[in-house]
Amino acid sequence: MSTAATGAAGAGRRAGDEPVLDVRGLHVRTRHTELLSDVDLTIRRGERVGLIGESGSGKSLTALAVLGLLGEGLTATGGVHLAGHEGNLLERSEGGLARIRGDDMAMVFQEPMTALNPTMRVGAQVAEAMTVHGSASRSQARRRAVDLLDQVGLPDPEHAARAYPHQLSGGQRQRVVAAIALANDPVLLVCDEPTTALDVTVQALVLDLIVTGVQSRDAALLFITHDLAVVATVCERVLVMYGGRIVEAGPVGQVFTDPRHQYTAGLLAASDLTAAGARRERSALPTIPGTVPPAGRFPDGCVFRNRCPAATGQCATRPPWTPRGDHGAGETASGYACFYPAGGELR
Amino acid sequence: MLLRLAHRFGVLVASLVASSLVVFGFMQVLPGNPARVALGVNASEAAVAQMTAEYGLDRPLVVQYLDWVGGMLTLDPGIEYVSKAPIGPQVADRLGVTLWLVVAAMLLAFVVAVPVGVWMAVRHRHADGVVLSGVSQVGVAVPAFLAGILLISVFAVRLGWVPSGGWVPPAQDPVEFLRRLVLPAVSLALVQGSVLARYVRSAVLDVLREDYLRTARAKGLRPMEALWKHGLRNAAVPVVTVLGLQLATLLVGAVVVERVFVIPGLGSLLIDSVAGRELLTVQTVVMVLVVAVLVINFVVDALYLAIDPRLRTAR
Repeated sequence: MSTAATGAAGAGRRAGDEPVLDVRGLHVRTRHTELLSDVDLTIRRGERVGLIGESGSGKSLTALAVLGLLGEGLTATGGVHLAGHEGNLLERSEGGLARIRGDDMAMVFQEPMTALNPTMRVGAQVAEAMTVHGSASRSQARRRAVDLLDQVGLPDPEHAARAYPHQLSGGQRQRVVAAIALANDPVLLVCDEPTTALDVTVQALVLDLIVTGVQSRDAALLFITHDLAVVATVCERVLVMYGGRIVEAGPVGQVFTDPRHQYTAGLLAASDLTAAGARRERSALPTIPGTVPPAGRFPDGCVFRNRCPAATGQCATRPPWTPRGDHGAGETASGYACFYPAGGELR
Repeated sequence: MLLRLAHRFGVLVASLVASSLVVFGFMQVLPGNPARVALGVNASEAAVAQMTAEYGLDRPLVVQYLDWVGGMLTLDPGIEYVSKAPIGPQVADRLGVTLWLVVAAMLLAFVVAVPVGVWMAVRHRHADGVVLSGVSQVGVAVPAFLAGILLISVFAVRLGWVPSGGWVPPAQDPVEFLRRLVLPAVSLALVQGSVLARYVRSAVLDVLREDYLRTARAKGLRPMEALWKHGLRNAAVPVVTVLGLQLATLLVGAVVVERVFVIPGLGSLLIDSVAGRELLTVQTVVMVLVVAVLVINFVVDALYLAIDPRLRTAR
């Protein structure tokens, strides 16, 4: 249910509020099933937005659709607009997308162990990000690659540039992937679980360099994770995804302390381990009943209703988006889609 | 890296020594005196004794072995028992012929199979990819000699474009050499090319699923560009393995096609020598084939090291 940004909001925006990424009514399908349904999201310059949800909720698909990197057999419809580029990215040719990818929009992937080419020196892989867009000559790119490796905190960057990926640790490799993504100063950086595969101690360092990298470039960040603590430290705003839809959105503080959607409430309860630690008896940890259904098997209406404690017959129709507060990035930036919102506030 | 290579080279040398012992030993285990075998059952004891002395077959085995190995190393393994012809030049000639045939077939197979294999992988969800894949499957199933006979009946007998067989050395008449090389080379290449194309296809399919290819595309490389710059080198490891095996198979297995096309190759020499009871020639030809296979394996190992830096770190 796309309640597109109203004309008034659009006209009233300052130039700085112009969204860097504007996704409208994004659908992703296989031939038979719909995997993403009507996803709306906007990210403004310098804004850091988290996208959270369980595995299979469609987080990664959203990212891949934005970058036009969906696998074969998947089609995306809707609108994806990137600041500085005319028209809908979904309607661009592969070549037209390739010119933007790695230049104005870049991505950091989940698995640092496999994200780099094992047969190519690390410096060359970073330099390639620049030469492919013609933003530097071969020798310039090589020098800048060393600078970038230094920026992302690799010790002895000269030496690291000549190393092969297998000679680096997981954390170091993820720094290299980040250096590749930041090489051309993108306006949008998409990170898909960039620290999930890393040790906790390394996590914080990598998160820090991503945030620093984004802040120094005043870039927009779309940060995908299932780790709520990570979202809380990295992001200002959060989108909660379930069953291929965004079910709730808003500032991190608001959503995490006072969730409206029943799914968000369940997710937060399940993540609250301080309560579990305080419990004296061995009782079950709070969980969301049931499991995430396989793609295409979500119920009609509200996708969460078969696991929701508050669901009634009304939930068989799709709950409309209820804006919450007055967020500068538009109605879809803060709100929820639930007939029986948690927190007692019925609207 | 160099340490690894030196290690591989050591393995090569050790294998050569071991296999030469096996080949030599095997010939000794064959029943009867080689001179008796060469001269036949009706030969007189005196003739056998004379030949035994002449060829030094009564010397200790160690001496005979070292003599043979020394002869191989100086490219002069001796003279034949029956025909008295020197073995070295014969083997060299025949090896040259087989090498021409095998190298031509392998080049042909490689040049066709690599692009076709990549195409089959990239288009594996499309009709053309599936059809090509089916065709290559059929190619794998056709034996080279059958392909040879079919090619002869069409291009030599019916169309008369090329001779049906025989051999002309390239130095003598390059055009005629090529005309006679093309059919046997194609019949060998057909099977090997089909096999190779299928391996290339599966290697590229594996690479297409790799994360680093997605990273390359996220950098801004187009799909084929990403495959070319990041995929092919990674896909090369399994393909090089198969190439090595195929070369070895062809060197030894070209004999069937050599028979069909009446080509005087190494395989034919081996068969003739067995029939003619030329034990020393048999022994030498077998050893030459063993050396070729071992050297191919060494080159394949060295190529692994060149392709994949992960293998270079010494254990």
